[in-house]
Amino acid sequence: MSVLLDVQDLQTRFQVRKGHVYAVNGVSFQLDQGETLAVVGESGCGKSVTMLSLVRLLPPAASIESGQVLLRGEDLLQLNLRQLRDVRGGEIGMIFQDPMTSLNPFINIGTQMAEPLIYHRGMSKSEALARSAELLEMVGIPDGAARLREYPHQFSGGMRQRVMIAMSMSCEPAVLIADEPTTALDVTIQAQIVELVKELRDRSGVAVIWITHDLSVVAGIADRVIVMYAGYIVEEAPVDALFEDPRHPYTVGLMGALPSLAGETGTRLTTIGGSPPDLVDLPEFCPFHPRCPYAIDRCRKENPMLEPVIDAGDGGHRAACWVDIREVELEAGAAAGSV
Amino acid sequence: MSQTDSSNRAPLVRVENLTKHFSVRIGAYGETKATVHALDEVSFDVQRGETLGLVGESGCGKSTAGLTLLQLHRPTSGKVYFEGNEVTGLSEKEMRPLRRRMQIIFQDPYSTLSPRMTVGNAIGEPLWLHELASGKEAQERISRLLNDVGLNPAFAFRYPHEFSGGQRQRVCIARALACEPEFIVCDEPISALDVSIQAQIINLLQDLQEEYDLTYLFIAHDLAVVRHISDRVAVMYLGRVVEMAPKESLFDNPLHPYTNALLLSVPVPNPRQERQREHIVIEGNVPSAISPPSGCRFHPRCPLAFEPCDHVVPEWREAEPGHWVACHAV
Repeated sequence: MSVLLDVQDLQTRFQVRKGHVYAVNGVSFQLDQGETLAVVGESGCGKSVTMLSLVRLLPPAASIESGQVLLRGEDLLQLNLRQLRDVRGGEIGMIFQDPMTSLNPFINIGTQMAEPLIYHRGMSKSEALARSAELLEMVGIPDGAARLREYPHQFSGGMRQRVMIAMSMSCEPAVLIADEPTTALDVTIQAQIVELVKELRDRSGVAVIWITHDLSVVAGIADRVIVMYAGYIVEEAPVDALFEDPRHPYTVGLMGALPSLAGETGTRLTTIGGSPPDLVDLPEFCPFHPRCPYAIDRCRKENPMLEPVIDAGDGGHRAACWVDIREVELEAGAAAGSV
Repeated sequence: MSQTDSSNRAPLVRVENLTKHFSVRIGAYGETKATVHALDEVSFDVQRGETLGLVGESGCGKSTAGLTLLQLHRPTSGKVYFEGNEVTGLSEKEMRPLRRRMQIIFQDPYSTLSPRMTVGNAIGEPLWLHELASGKEAQERISRLLNDVGLNPAFAFRYPHEFSGGQRQRVCIARALACEPEFIVCDEPISALDVSIQAQIINLLQDLQEEYDLTYLFIAHDLAVVRHISDRVAVMYLGRVVEMAPKESLFDNPLHPYTNALLLSVPVPNPRQERQREHIVIEGNVPSAISPPSGCRFHPRCPLAFEPCDHVVPEWREAEPGHWVACHAV
């Protein structure tokens, strides 16, 4: 498969009164055509800022310090705003977390949906409305033509998210960035939306970047997963490898902290001590070492690079950690066994 | 706990046909009066020392159930008993001594602490109000409470803005524990927190339950969390409890089609299982509580719906020992 999007050494920071918020610290990754990449992390880990940086949808206090975002070889960070506007909503579609605030309450759904089609596709208003009606039916909103005249408040949360998906897919983007699209929704509606995106993806071949804090959702939708912590990618792996053989202590911690519907119930959850770091005042070197049960001296002296893990297998399993946690666990197991 | 104490067998909290309707005005100028059926004829009891999980989607009335149970909302009808004594209809003054024994932890640790009050004062306030301790003794109790919830006792002189979300939730828990309650309503106590912090708070709640012999009503929308922490679970849909059972029977053998649909909607954190799993999603949305469907409220979305479902309210019955359900089809 060919690389569609190639992000190199992206750094984004925010200017605040206390200094700088180091939100994204040298993030590099690739997205293949038709692939679904999940980006996982807790709030403030830089996952949303990374993706907003790709299309430069950042607030004024933010600045991209370095990096390249190559979409089919063209660096989006070098484009002027006019050129960038052709990419946003054209080649790259976006869905945001909150379907309540991402639609304009004063404008009917039809006008809002027609706008990108008129702008990017040069359609006439009536063509765009006809296409919008089809798109609504495609995302499971029956009687699309009539509903185009309605306003956002007449739609439920799940329905609004369907409208957002229809809009983001309307210009047949090559990349769809979905920023926590199901977080604000109830679990039964979440399941509907996940199934819808999977179906649209399989039909259109769009590459999806799915940002979420919920590892369980990732298991069902992603081909590959990136785990972020404090603005760094700490682990990157094909989805099976990540769940069956996580190598970064943070990923292991996240998995242990997750109660599941199938697991043992009498057990305690394993926790990660402490809280995520303040991005203004990051720990020196490995950002996770203050909370890491495996930390060694080296973690406080050198920052680990994202490198292929031992016995990586196919698909490029990489982690940023000085410790081979499997070895530590084996030794601990052997020590416990010999007592 | 001694076996001979009869209060061990009687439920600590008993809720009978609890109903709460809110009057609202709808329409552009509020010209139309309407009633929100937030809670309709809900019955359950909570045994001493257990955790009863209450799950459902947003707007199903689970928080209203918790607040009405504590008389923070006055019920429209129905009764609540605490240790066999009716608390519905008590005046605020009569309620005061009971409030000491029934506490609540809310979802959002950001808005439930006063930003102008030190954490120590916030935790100490219930002690002073209920005249349980004062002066040096109160200070010692506050230090011990902070220690119990895993915070440094020196933090008593700090303000809420100096704490992270997880730490604030610990403060709220310490505050709920201050007057040594027996029963705590946990109203989505971890929903606003990050995954790694959620696990810390769940473990803390379980440790405290063991140490102080607490009884929880644990309200949440996350089924995996509820399964982890509860002994028994009640599932709510649109103001009614549709199923209640010990957690093993509820999760392994759900009887109500809504419970089943809810369980199938939860993603499994295992990619291989996810790919093989049947993906049945229930259609449609939760209807409005202003005009809930007649008969069984789930019938418009129910795959098993048949003739009586749209006009007869299903009876709340014990289908198997300890396993209660309200459905015509099972």
